Amino acid sequence: MNGPFDFTLGLGDDALVAAQRLAEWTTRAPEMEEDIALANIALDQLGAARLLLTYAGELEGAGRDEDALAYLRDDREFRNALLVELPNGDFAVTMAKLFFLAAYQLPLYSALAGCADERLAAIGAKARKESAYHLDHGALWVKRLGDGTEESHRRMQSAVDEVWPYTHELFAADPAAPVDPATLRPAFDDTVGSVLAEATLTKPEGPWAPAGGRTGVHTEHLSYLLAEMQVLHRAHPGARW
Amino acid sequence: MNARSATQPSPAVANEDGRVSDARTAAASVVDPEIRVITIDELGILRAVEEDPASGRVTVTITPTYTGCPAMDVIRADIRRALARAGHPDAEVRTVYSPPWSTDWISEGGRAKLATAGISPPAPVPTAGVVPLTLAVRCPQCGSPETEQVSRFGSTACKALWRCRSCAEPFDHLKAL
Repeated sequence: MNGPFDFTLGLGDDALVAAQRLAEWTTRAPEMEEDIALANIALDQLGAARLLLTYAGELEGAGRDEDALAYLRDDREFRNALLVELPNGDFAVTMAKLFFLAAYQLPLYSALAGCADERLAAIGAKARKESAYHLDHGALWVKRLGDGTEESHRRMQSAVDEVWPYTHELFAADPAAPVDPATLRPAFDDTVGSVLAEATLTKPEGPWAPAGGRTGVHTEHLSYLLAEMQVLHRAHPGARW
Repeated sequence: MNARSATQPSPAVANEDGRVSDARTAAASVVDPEIRVITIDELGILRAVEEDPASGRVTVTITPTYTGCPAMDVIRADIRRALARAGHPDAEVRTVYSPPWSTDWISEGGRAKLATAGISPPAPVPTAGVVPLTLAVRCPQCGSPETEQVSRFGSTACKALWRCRSCAEPFDHLKAL
């Protein structure tokens, strides 16, 4: 880390991997409206990923386009945070991941909208409006499940406990980046604090903060995700619909 | 810049066989492939139509509603086809992301067409706050304000699913963005 290329690639990979994970819910969500919602959020993430990866390819200047970056890199070359590659788990785990990701992406894209890099500013201004809907949706479910039945509360608390340690990596300081992720932490903590309180959930404590995604050291889950996402393109290079 | 700048007529130009064509009119007539009652101009995603005075080559600039809008490829192809028919076979279509599209750019005429087609048009986007609040969404079928949101995500990225409590009809509502 960290020039604008690494930074942009990291954000693009966050969005791409989140999109792929969310798309796994298609036809499997607990109700049809939720199926459509998760597919829509996945589509938004994919849209942001395409813009970010295209720009990352231009910054790199090695002739790689969005497809080359998405389909032809191996796991160690991905720069997404570990949070987004974690398996979906049950619906509560998916909502915990969605909520934490949106609570990070909304202030991130808002800050990008005002940064000096024109391309990143345009992407941020566009994506933040969509992030606001993602955050709203994730927060709604965290509250509904947390402040719901005994069983939904138990599952939501367990999901928050499981996913929480992975949020710290999102805010690793990087003063040279177009937006220093460390500066986003107060907004994230505010959002998370108020939503968890309303959801009657306990904010986890503890020092464990797994990291490594931004330097290409991932969990094994990413490798399986990429195998599925990349197989068609690798088997049929340049395939088009 | 706002949507109005995209609706100012450009001067009509004569192509080589003397037929008068208007590149802007051609581009503006393209309908949205997912909401086929409204043109891309009325939707506010047509940002500019420019003609190079020397070569006569037309450049059309559009912006997506949502970053992941899957209709963009079809819209680009439809614009090129419409311009080819109007005598501009080599038109270029550019996509810009800044300033970001807003539902406030949907024209009054476009809003009326949406409502006629059973899609409730978006409320104005609030200037403060990040999550738009929707005030009194009216049922496009019976006009009742007694409506409720079923899902904030609908059949396309730009729509939410609502239901009317008066006439019980479900309907699409274009989300304020």
